[in-house]
Amino acid sequence: MTTTAQPVGVPQLDEPAVPAEHCPTFTALSPRELAAVRADFPILERTVRGGRPLVYLDSGATSQKPNPVLDAEQDFYERRNAAVHRGAHQLAEEATEAFEDARASVARFVGADVGEIVWTSGATAAINLVAYGMSNATLGRGGDVARRFALAPGDEIVVTEAEHHANLVPWQELAARTGAVLRWLPVDDDGRIVVDAAAEIVTERTKVLAFTHASNVTGAVTPVAPLVARAREVGAITVLDACQSVPHLPLDLHALGVDFAAFSGHKMLGPTGVGVLYGRRELLEALPPVTTGGSMIEVVTMSGSTYMPPPQRFEAGTQMVAQAVALGVAATYLGELGMDAVAAHEREITEALLAIDDIPGVRIVGPRTAEDRLAVVSFVVDGVHAHDVGQVLDDAGVAVRVGHHCAQPLHRRFGITATARASASVYTSLEDVVTFRESLAGVRAFFSVD
Amino acid sequence: MSSLEQMYQQVILDHAKSPQGKGLIEIAPGHVGSESHQVNPTCGDEVTLRVDVVERPGADGVPVATVDAVSWEGQGCSISQASISVLHDLVAGQPVTEAERLGEIFRELMTTRGKGLEDDDDEEAIGDAVAFTGVSQYPARIKCALLGWAALKDSLVTAGVLTTKEQA
Repeated sequence: MTTTAQPVGVPQLDEPAVPAEHCPTFTALSPRELAAVRADFPILERTVRGGRPLVYLDSGATSQKPNPVLDAEQDFYERRNAAVHRGAHQLAEEATEAFEDARASVARFVGADVGEIVWTSGATAAINLVAYGMSNATLGRGGDVARRFALAPGDEIVVTEAEHHANLVPWQELAARTGAVLRWLPVDDDGRIVVDAAAEIVTERTKVLAFTHASNVTGAVTPVAPLVARAREVGAITVLDACQSVPHLPLDLHALGVDFAAFSGHKMLGPTGVGVLYGRRELLEALPPVTTGGSMIEVVTMSGSTYMPPPQRFEAGTQMVAQAVALGVAATYLGELGMDAVAAHEREITEALLAIDDIPGVRIVGPRTAEDRLAVVSFVVDGVHAHDVGQVLDDAGVAVRVGHHCAQPLHRRFGITATARASASVYTSLEDVVTFRESLAGVRAFFSVD
Repeated sequence: MSSLEQMYQQVILDHAKSPQGKGLIEIAPGHVGSESHQVNPTCGDEVTLRVDVVERPGADGVPVATVDAVSWEGQGCSISQASISVLHDLVAGQPVTEAERLGEIFRELMTTRGKGLEDDDDEEAIGDAVAFTGVSQYPARIKCALLGWAALKDSLVTAGVLTTKEQA
């Protein structure tokens, strides 16, 4: 499709999509719609490894970017680049407007109020912001209202065994700094978080319950409601890692009821260098700042300073304006495709990916059915190391992730050090999965493993 | 031959299937022992490599610090496992200085982006390890091939028979 400076990002169709017969609930993308989506992603046209078409199945690590997003970033620099939230000139006004419109776009996309969206450099920074904000509250910063975030020896922080290191290590560090105890919910043999364990592990001592909305290894989607309910019973703050869910599922953070959520821009068709911390307004207003300096202050004297209300309180220094603007366009792009349609499409991809389970020697690590599961399929090939599996797939032009996917404890839980992982996005086609499957089926023969 | 076949030469596949020197062995009485544990944090591959060093008479009768034995334990991809196995075959019985020279040559091979070594003597010196030339075309896999060699260098430094501790 052609793109403009103010991209809309919906496939332009001559006729309405025909609903897929086997998908009565939501209309997945029709072949025409998918073709239009794929045409928006220039990188999908390139070849790799001696002329093979790129089959990109590493969207769980980072997604590719559609033209409207690429154009938005370039357009910002070409036409509106200026410092935001200062300056009285026209460019400053336009840059600020683009920056704040992007915030509104992302807020709408995830069911949040605009003041509840804090730009960060990524999801990792967002989670660390909460953890260090709590640290500062523990040190007495932020006054009485921040005391709800203070931790004392004997308090507990609860995470899960399924977490990405980004939602584990910051809590280990917070525990170490405050004397709090880190506990965790286990996962079952399918890689699903044992939610029932929260009744015992989440207690009156629990101050934080941090968990992933969807595992970046197993693809398992966590039932958020019972965990939020349990956290509320005991007065614990909930922190949701929504990196894998935001790009792939319809999401309403207010409806989910979590206190904080973190997600990255680059996994949801947006640029690198930008992510989001969502916080319930009341909590963001009480949380002390972490990074301090310009742009986040009200009055500065030599002896002390007062700070802006959120979200600016958490946005010290020059922001990643062009990236934020482009992320706003990415959210609009997904929103206009319709997240129900995106999820329905990806469910078809999930089912196709899960069918690798019938290849001899291939074992899926995670749920084997598409229920409450994303198109993130990790697997091992008996007798062949994940790195070697990935190399053979790469030779066929198929890009997958190999290793521990920043989730060593989860791999240890399954007694393995590494898996290969195929992960999809809205632009993934069934043809991609066919190429992947054919290549995967030849791996054991290549290494002469019976 | 495809790039993939160039990387996974038969000699590499054979070493990966039947790794040599695997299983840590005791240091002989009176010998100097040392080991090194190396991890590739991106994939979790790891190796513990042990060297057994003793002075043996050199060509001119002067005692020379010699790698009497190399043994190792570890897990990882076929490239890392085969590389350690080849290392074992090359280094066991060699003077420490020769072991270090072989490591230098192998590290240089890994920088050649698939072109291979220019010096024929160097190529001859590393024997089977020439099969890793194809690996040097894949930047992400060079670390796999170097895992064991990093452990060798570290263990020789720890043993006190190598004085430098440069990055492998």
